[in-house]
Amino acid sequence: MSSAKNININLKIWRQKNAKAKGSMETYKLDNVSTASSFLEMLDQLNEQLINDKKEPVAFDHDCREGICGMCSLYINGRAHGPDTGTTTCQLHMRKFNDGDTIFIEPWRSKAFPVVKDLVVDRSAFDRIQQAGGFVSVNTSGRTMDANAIPIPKEDADKSFMAAACIGCGACVATCKNGSAMLFVGAKVSQYALLPQGKVEATQRVLNMVRQMDEEGFGNCTNTGACEVECPKGISLENIARMNREYLKASLK
Amino acid sequence: MKLDSKIPEGHISKKWTDYKDHLKLVAPNNRPKIDIIVVGTGLAGASAAASLGEMGYNVKAFCYQDSPRRAHSIAAQGGINAAKNYQNDGDSIYRLFYDTIKGGDYRAREANVHRLAEVSGNIIDQCVAQGVPFAREYGGLLDNRSFGGTQVQRTFYAAGQTGQQLLLGAYSALSRQIGLGRVKMFNRHEMLDLVKVDGKARGIIARNLVTGELERHSAHAVVIATGGYGNVYFLSTNAMGSNVTAGWKIHKKGALFANPCFVQIHPTCIPVHGVNQSKLTLMSESLRNSGRIWVPKKKEDAEAIREGKLKPTQLAEEDRDYFLERRYPAFGNLVPRDVASRAAKERCDAGHGIEANDTNEGVYLDFSTEIQNKGRQAAYAKGNHNPSAAEVTKLGKQWLEEKYGNLFTMYQKITDENPYETPMKIYPAVHYTMGGVWVDYNLQSTIPGCFVAGEANFSDHGANRLGASALMQGLADGYFVLPYTVSNYLADEIRTGKISTESQEFIDAENNVKNTIDKFLNNNGTKSVDHFHKRLGLIMWNKVGMARNEQGLKQAIEEIAALKEEFYKDVRVPGSSDELNPELEKALRVADFIDLGQLMAMDALQRNESCGGHFREEYQDSEGETLRDDENFSFVSAWEYMGYDISKEILNKEELKYEFIKIAARNYK
Repeated sequence: MSSAKNININLKIWRQKNAKAKGSMETYKLDNVSTASSFLEMLDQLNEQLINDKKEPVAFDHDCREGICGMCSLYINGRAHGPDTGTTTCQLHMRKFNDGDTIFIEPWRSKAFPVVKDLVVDRSAFDRIQQAGGFVSVNTSGRTMDANAIPIPKEDADKSFMAAACIGCGACVATCKNGSAMLFVGAKVSQYALLPQGKVEATQRVLNMVRQMDEEGFGNCTNTGACEVECPKGISLENIARMNREYLKASLK
Repeated sequence: MKLDSKIPEGHISKKWTDYKDHLKLVAPNNRPKIDIIVVGTGLAGASAAASLGEMGYNVKAFCYQDSPRRAHSIAAQGGINAAKNYQNDGDSIYRLFYDTIKGGDYRAREANVHRLAEVSGNIIDQCVAQGVPFAREYGGLLDNRSFGGTQVQRTFYAAGQTGQQLLLGAYSALSRQIGLGRVKMFNRHEMLDLVKVDGKARGIIARNLVTGELERHSAHAVVIATGGYGNVYFLSTNAMGSNVTAGWKIHKKGALFANPCFVQIHPTCIPVHGVNQSKLTLMSESLRNSGRIWVPKKKEDAEAIREGKLKPTQLAEEDRDYFLERRYPAFGNLVPRDVASRAAKERCDAGHGIEANDTNEGVYLDFSTEIQNKGRQAAYAKGNHNPSAAEVTKLGKQWLEEKYGNLFTMYQKITDENPYETPMKIYPAVHYTMGGVWVDYNLQSTIPGCFVAGEANFSDHGANRLGASALMQGLADGYFVLPYTVSNYLADEIRTGKISTESQEFIDAENNVKNTIDKFLNNNGTKSVDHFHKRLGLIMWNKVGMARNEQGLKQAIEEIAALKEEFYKDVRVPGSSDELNPELEKALRVADFIDLGQLMAMDALQRNESCGGHFREEYQDSEGETLRDDENFSFVSAWEYMGYDISKEILNKEELKYEFIKIAARNYK
């Protein structure tokens, strides 16, 4: 942290008044950005400058700022969540940029994620996929069996957890040339497919989730693997393969 | 106002069971005639909305984020406590109850805390049944670890992402109910007022954050589960959007606000980097299972480290002061959070801080001992009884990565330093608020029909919360308490019928919200909302923070009152009301934070004792430990709103009675 310095940068940012308006890239100059700042703190600094200049600040989604809520997005210099791998935009720091850089910032670009305003997009399609089958149908009772009644091999539990670590940010969709949501859906299907609790409804789950995914207008998977590369949580392509197996199994029943 | 906590009679271990058996019920055929609003979709809100939906009520759930899955419960790292005693190390419901009361420095209600401990086991059962992938041992059973303030291993976890996994579990239960049409979800909506009709909570005014439209929603009961108010300090580990607005709006409508000065400052967070810092990041308490906290023994070493002339790894063992192990040998690095935070502050104030920022505030969290220990164990487990130093280090680092990998990565992203090689730098930061809306045993506020759950209420943690207990409380309230107590209330509402949103009360509430919004947008001030929020934060941190005194608190009260006037006169809110307008959202939230900040200082001023997270410099013993005054301050302070001038709020007291636990000085030595 002691090695932090200040840099001056140029920004090209997508501005769009609302869902219906036509947007365009606008240019801004921002000086004295500390390299210890996060990318979103840099945007805070820009907005402070815009407000002081009596201009409209840039709208962008963000909340936890520690890489776990999945609310932040942004296409930065042509990459989902920017140049650092395994990192959400909120965990990207300005030390990854140099004095004098021009940084391009765009919203997620995908048919299934329409722009709401500026850099904010609507990802509610993900919620609807989850509502179609991303759960175990167990009511609240506190009278289910004891948590240790069914031993689960550590390897399965770990794999399930790694799939469940998906933060639902949508980088996979934004980065896919087909706008496919297979990594997101595959991760959810896998989390449950790997656990005994999820097996009971496995057939219906994968059929319902895939149906909803198609209805939302996401594209198909052509195995380019870009989603895995850009996923900030390192969700593996294996999950797509597992979903395909689950889907095939379910379709043949 | 007379406060009735409605704590049932009987032995502590029987109260909840007996009480539940006699609560009124609503028959399944009547439930679809009843509407319930749940505001907030974190662990408490999502689990309440899902459970009430499953029962058959019409539920409307609201969150300000773009999806209910984003609520800040998701950021909880270390774990969730439950008295399962799977590790056979002496745990029990009583022990969890006792640890929580003691950890809270004897300022929580016995009956509520015992109920929490009773249902803790059910939470784990429920979550496993939902498909929450907790960490497991090689035998396939659930793994546990230790957290601060306990001498047993009762914390269940999923790497450093336990909150995420539990919230996604509750979100999946909620999603199921949304899919079935029993819960209607309102994403990107913010509650801006409560509507009362004939004294009862009957609905809310919510703003659609995308279109800016104000909406009226009616219900037979309203559940507020909107989290804590740590962002009153501007810098905290809370999410940027976390706010007190829903809680403050109901306070203004008659709900008392309890123990506002009880704030948890978490010892292990990444230190501040500079003036543009927007939030602070927690490094989970679970790291204190493996990390040892120290500063240089000699001030000149600390100075050399700050100047970059000396590396911490170069400092010899005898030149390090493991101050928690030295002061608290029985609990060592695993003392409760308030104790650890104050000890770090004490060392930094004495000139031993190691961070090269404006305040030199920072201490080390060092994993090198654990790397050696676990590395040797791992080598043995592989049959290698004579491992080389390099092998031990390698295996030790692997072990750490498996346990805490995501935390170490996060630390490296933020600080650009590798914590496997050099100790982490950490410092306390605002993390959690024990205070909140006053509720009775039913989790009902002083407004009939308005319930408050999770961090938003005050009920279970006294003056300090133990680690891994927030997740437990959120889910206990939502899954296992509200479904019973809300139904009990609603049993008298089955003949009420649909509540109209055309009544004068709804019209007035909507107009009030509209006027406030218009006032901000037409204010034409010169300074941004953040400008005021940061100034409020500084006052709070310096004078209502880790250490407080009479003079500072009196100054804070005046300074905040003056800041309030300036805010309303000079704040600049760009844009319009009929669009997505994040600056407007912030302005509405900061207005409430300013009021609350003043009340927190007032509450801290009246509490002439030190307890838990509330440390008054005037009340400490010769070793710097907190001095409680049980004779005069064994009560919950519950504040009553009296209008615009916060200094006019009236203090009500709920006496705390300890029938089953003997009060003692809190000792972790």
